[in-house]
Amino acid sequence: MRKLALSDEILLSVDKAARYIGGEVNSIMKDKDKVTTRVAFSFPDVYEIGMSNLGMMLLYNMFNKRPDVWCERVYSPWLDLDKIMREQKIPLFALESQDPVKEFDFLCITLGYEMCYTNVLQTLDLSQIPLMAKERDESCPIVIGGGACAYNPEPLAPFFDLFYIGEGETVYDALFDAYKANKAAGGSREDFLMKAAQIPGIYVPAFYDVAYKEDGTIASFAPNRPGVPQKVQKQLIVDMDKGYCPIEKPVVPFIKATQDRVTLEIQRGCIRGCRFCQAGMIYRPLRERDVEELKESARAMLKNSGHEEISLSSLSSSDYTHLEELVNFLIDEFKSAGVNISLPSLRIDAFALDVMSKVQDIKKSSLTFAPEAGSQRLRDVINKGLTEEVILHGAKEAFIGGWNRVKLYFMLGLPTETEEDMKGIAHLAERIAEEYYDTVPKKKRHGKVQIVVSTSFFVPKPFTPFQWAPMYTEQDFIDKAKVVKEEIRAQLNQKSIKYNWHEPDVTTLEGFLARGDRRASEVILKAYEKGALYDAWSESFRYDIWKEAFAETGIDIEFYTLRERSTDEILPWDFIDAGVTKEFLIREWKQAKGEVVTPNCRQKCAGCGARRYEGGVCYEGKN
Amino acid sequence: MKVRIKFTKEGPMKFVGHLDTMRYFQKAIRRAELPIAFSGGYSPHMIMSFAAPLGVGVTSTGEYFDMELTVTIPTDEICQRLNSQMVDGIRVLSARQVEDGKASKAMSLVAAADYLVEFRPGKAPADGWQTRITEFLKQPEILVTKETKKGEKQVDIRPFIYKMNLQNNNRIFLSLASASANYTKPDAVIDAFTAWLGQELPEFACMIHRLEVYADLGNEKKHKFVSLESLGVEVQ
Repeated sequence: MRKLALSDEILLSVDKAARYIGGEVNSIMKDKDKVTTRVAFSFPDVYEIGMSNLGMMLLYNMFNKRPDVWCERVYSPWLDLDKIMREQKIPLFALESQDPVKEFDFLCITLGYEMCYTNVLQTLDLSQIPLMAKERDESCPIVIGGGACAYNPEPLAPFFDLFYIGEGETVYDALFDAYKANKAAGGSREDFLMKAAQIPGIYVPAFYDVAYKEDGTIASFAPNRPGVPQKVQKQLIVDMDKGYCPIEKPVVPFIKATQDRVTLEIQRGCIRGCRFCQAGMIYRPLRERDVEELKESARAMLKNSGHEEISLSSLSSSDYTHLEELVNFLIDEFKSAGVNISLPSLRIDAFALDVMSKVQDIKKSSLTFAPEAGSQRLRDVINKGLTEEVILHGAKEAFIGGWNRVKLYFMLGLPTETEEDMKGIAHLAERIAEEYYDTVPKKKRHGKVQIVVSTSFFVPKPFTPFQWAPMYTEQDFIDKAKVVKEEIRAQLNQKSIKYNWHEPDVTTLEGFLARGDRRASEVILKAYEKGALYDAWSESFRYDIWKEAFAETGIDIEFYTLRERSTDEILPWDFIDAGVTKEFLIREWKQAKGEVVTPNCRQKCAGCGARRYEGGVCYEGKN
Repeated sequence: MKVRIKFTKEGPMKFVGHLDTMRYFQKAIRRAELPIAFSGGYSPHMIMSFAAPLGVGVTSTGEYFDMELTVTIPTDEICQRLNSQMVDGIRVLSARQVEDGKASKAMSLVAAADYLVEFRPGKAPADGWQTRITEFLKQPEILVTKETKKGEKQVDIRPFIYKMNLQNNNRIFLSLASASANYTKPDAVIDAFTAWLGQELPEFACMIHRLEVYADLGNEKKHKFVSLESLGVEVQ
């Protein structure tokens, strides 16, 4: 039987020991002596979260298709084990072989959200790899960052040897080949990084220098040696039928993961162009997967995992051309075998309600709308093409169908927001409540309508038209939530409306990390050294530590969060070509301020720049 | 067809808790494409019932659950199909058809269980403990403190220790009451024994292994323990 890295005594004294044992159904074992390249793939959060990440599992599956590569998984030890590993100097290990990460060739870290940055440092630290890339020697693994946050890698630049910008499916093979060739030729770490820097999509931060102006903005950003590209181009699969590497055998965790189900990715990208949404911009253009292939894939994954639920994954499922066909297939094929079908991100319309009534218990489920902003004016600013009329009509249909629970999601602190916009949130909730009482006769009601309004605070992200926008202070955020709260209390049907909002402190920090430059790394390092860890978890987030870290490094958070940037400022992430052009983003920023809506990609091309990838929605029906 | 499955749980799998082991088998049954019966309603669940839960850290070669199949399948085929879906550490030892009905449910049948307890290297009581087991059992009562919902209470576990003897000069064989009313944990017996010896064991001193789980076909006065497996029959 496999030997574990941790002793029985340790495993019996920590919570959920099964997080650390590996050996799950469909996890991949290889003979380490028969591979040339060993990859440790980390999601820097606890096992249950990390195991739910689709991107990581796609790459785990793809890397292991190569006979010369063995890719294994690494997650963050929870706080209890973290403490023991530090005390006893136990090196962080990969789940499959249970071997120390420091013995691997590569350590790839997925950067899914900014609040995992201290866990990135934990992963390096527990692995006994120097935190700073420049301090690593020939024996250390090459540390790679990728994922959504790699679109502004600068706050993490000193900690990584290289970043992979874009979808992993395209150039990892070239990267592994270059590594093998370099190793065979007896090349150094530096030699490999130089070769890597010439592969499209690869960014080696050490090969670029930044200079700052007196006012703190960037004066210049350029390669510091010949042979390194000025711009790093985002990678993506152009043809989903050829480039996509579907998972046939999903790894099945022993303990319940956050997503304890088969995830079927139906498409990448989005046609909608919501101006706050980073995913909607950086994953352009929309590329759909073939419906027949999806059916096969669903069948294989359910059979090989034994999961009792399947969920469709995409940014906006309703825009998938063959959604009806696919959903009907799933219901016909699997519903009778006790498989649940979960359909997030569906636009509420007649089709959605019909499908929902088939796949879920109406009494227990709720309708979800994400108007994001309370007034039509502000919805036009953010280019969210959802009107009050559509929401009320969808709600009415649903109430007739028997639903009486509605969830509404909004953002506070969007650019140009006024008090009227905030109050609009309460008014929209009230109108939905009124719609219920008008539509459903007294006899047919099962109690009150339940409307849950949730607001989060808006964080401007790189490569969106709002990347220049200022954020608000924490006090402003609290005041905004108060406006909404009081306005809801003033409504006739206030007893049917519940209001939830998030604390603003995490938001401010997220805003800093999202648009930070290389200097932000000092704050992250300082906060980590002072004990910040698992910042994405409210139970372990310690804002006081971060405040001290800002004070001690002398870095002014407000420079990054509260300042409106000018469109001719050099932004830290400008060296990345993310597909959407800066001209397009500027145009959209102006349109937003003018409250002008931009049509979606299927209605009219907005000339965002993604068309040059020569695929996806830009070429639909134009073969 | 009601089927009783006997399986092992060894190696790293001892760290997978009871509820997760149930989930593991639910998924394994789907992968094996066994025609399991579902309850009705909007969220149907598989009709299956586990016998005595096993604590985290305890290994076993005698675990059980019952399940209801909609079609009769030869028992060795069931065994084979499940085994093709197991991970390292879990093996299906047998499948047996058992009688239908609530009274024959694996869970409610459990009356006793056998264990082997071994001390981890360097964590055994001081030498001499091997010869004192008989004396320990001669006590008229063995009181242990049990934590209940209402607080602590003193329980005499002597009647629930059916057998306790030395094996191989280094490990203890235990046969203990395991019905819901008199369920006795092997570590509670070892703790009582070492306390009686006047010694204190370090944390995680024992490795516990469950050997078998029994039903009682006799009565209070004269037990007749039979393994849960032997209550079923093979089907061709």
